[in-house]
Amino acid sequence: MDGEMNQSPLLSLEHVKLRFGEQTVLDGIHLQVQPQERLVIMGQSGGGKSTLLRLIIGILTPSEGRVRFRDQEVNRLGRRQLNVIRAKTGMVYQYSALISSLSVRDNLALPMEELTRMGAKEIERVIDEKLELVQMGHVKDQMPSELSGGMKKRIGLARALVLEPELILFDEPSAGLDPVTSSVIDELIISLTEHTRATSVIVTHEMNSAFRIGTRMVMLYEGKFIADGPPQDFRQSQNPVVAQFVEGRTNGPIGESGKWEVGMRK
Amino acid sequence: MPDLPGLGILRRALAQVSSIVWLLIGMGGEIGDHLARGRLPFRRAVLFEQTARTGVGSVPLVGMVSFFLGLTMALLTGYELRTFGMERLVPELVATAFCRELGPLMTGIVLAARIGAAYTAELGTMTVSEEVEAIEAMGIGPLRFLVGPKLVAIVLLMPCLVVISNVAALIGGAVISITTLNIALSYFVDLVREGLLVKDVIAGIIKSLMFGLIVGLVACYRGLTVKGGAAGVGAATTSSVVTSITTVIAADSVFNILLVKI
Ligand SMILES: Nc1ncnc2c1ncn2[C@@H]1O[C@H](COP(=O)(O)OP(=O)(O)OP(=O)(O)O)[C@@H](O)[C@H]1O
Ligand SMILES: [Mg+2]
Repeated sequence: MDGEMNQSPLLSLEHVKLRFGEQTVLDGIHLQVQPQERLVIMGQSGGGKSTLLRLIIGILTPSEGRVRFRDQEVNRLGRRQLNVIRAKTGMVYQYSALISSLSVRDNLALPMEELTRMGAKEIERVIDEKLELVQMGHVKDQMPSELSGGMKKRIGLARALVLEPELILFDEPSAGLDPVTSSVIDELIISLTEHTRATSVIVTHEMNSAFRIGTRMVMLYEGKFIADGPPQDFRQSQNPVVAQFVEGRTNGPIGESGKWEVGMRK
Repeated sequence: MPDLPGLGILRRALAQVSSIVWLLIGMGGEIGDHLARGRLPFRRAVLFEQTARTGVGSVPLVGMVSFFLGLTMALLTGYELRTFGMERLVPELVATAFCRELGPLMTGIVLAARIGAAYTAELGTMTVSEEVEAIEAMGIGPLRFLVGPKLVAIVLLMPCLVVISNVAALIGGAVISITTLNIALSYFVDLVREGLLVKDVIAGIIKSLMFGLIVGLVACYRGLTVKGGAAGVGAATTSSVVTSITTVIAADSVFNILLVKI
């Protein structure tokens, strides 16, 4: 990220806090995402990663702090401007969130039909192209209920790509996929940023994926980022939480939360 | 202020009414945005699908319930009026009662149970499975896209279904009049045409539009605010039906009081 500081960030979170009632999920998040970065967010289950992605597209509003997309403050925008940003952002949901009453084809067609003036032929071409990317061309006419979890996830990914987004948010894109498909998805995410100049924010638990995809990684722990840097820093991290997470050990500070003071912070 | 138990209920009811008004305003805004881009609010196919589901499917139930109600009403009033030799009043009675009161009310209740429940369950399931959120995240207004066609369908179809209800009730009334009251069919028709006032028909139509809006709004609001998985969808569906039926009956009374005053 050094050397790119002269560029203006695509996305920035300043001092973001989020509470659900008494529970503080995010407790002062600072983050700047540069264009064409592939940022991997790691963190415990229930740590607030999905919540963080929801904040970015303005589904949730932070209790404190600011979320900016380019120079626009997401939570101060009117509905129309917010929807413009959302149309430029693709979101891959953890549980796919496909529209269950629409076929795979119609799920992919939906954003194009509702938000663009593309003709039927053009829409059909994009659908075929995106389904091919995720290797799902053969299920075009099926309903989501007829697909497996991993298949749905890939359709969800294809749907996020139909409008050629500038920013793509992936919520655990390879969870529940076999290792080969998972690698295919990883390659896809990499090629997306390399060929289309898209920026990606990827939430993942899979260490192999994380190291393969990420140009930068952050670790979310107890509502804060406790580490932020290029992947190699994470491999040799001195931070016990990061080290435990990367190695997947059971003994360590994670799981005894409260006993351990947050240490290294970049 | 004393903590009356009724006060809490009133406050909650008011909070919900204002949420529903916001839903309506939000939907209007989203439709406005879409129109501003030079596009129709929803695709014709979606609207047709909703109207087919809402309207055509409800015809048998509305027709049957109204037919039997009309029949019963003619039977009971005929039986009473006959002792005074006034059975000529039966057709007018059935016609007026249904056009301005029972038709809209019955149809409203039937649609609350049949369509309102379906709307709530559908939107509730979509909310729980994050489909509504996904639509919002794509930048497609979910209120316009999901609520809009449902609301338009139910509001436009209510008057049509009320007409069917009225006709069915009159057929029921006619059956009794012909068989037990010695009123011939042509005489029955004449009596209905003489007795029925335009005012009553208009009042009925206004009511039916109003009830359609109430049922649709309550159902969609309940669906979009579901919390807590499958059980939440079940609870929301029950509450949607109960709320819309009570609201329809209450609105009916208010409307009648106002109308008598005028
Ligand atoms: N709508 C909500 N209302 C109340 N609490 C919520 C809501 N959404 C999330 N939470 C809480 O916020 C915390 C973070 O949830 P989140 O889904 O962001 O976790 P996550 O990091 O994505 O976990 P996972 O890896 O299991 O997906 C959880 O403790 C959850 O209970
Ligand atoms: Mg999550």
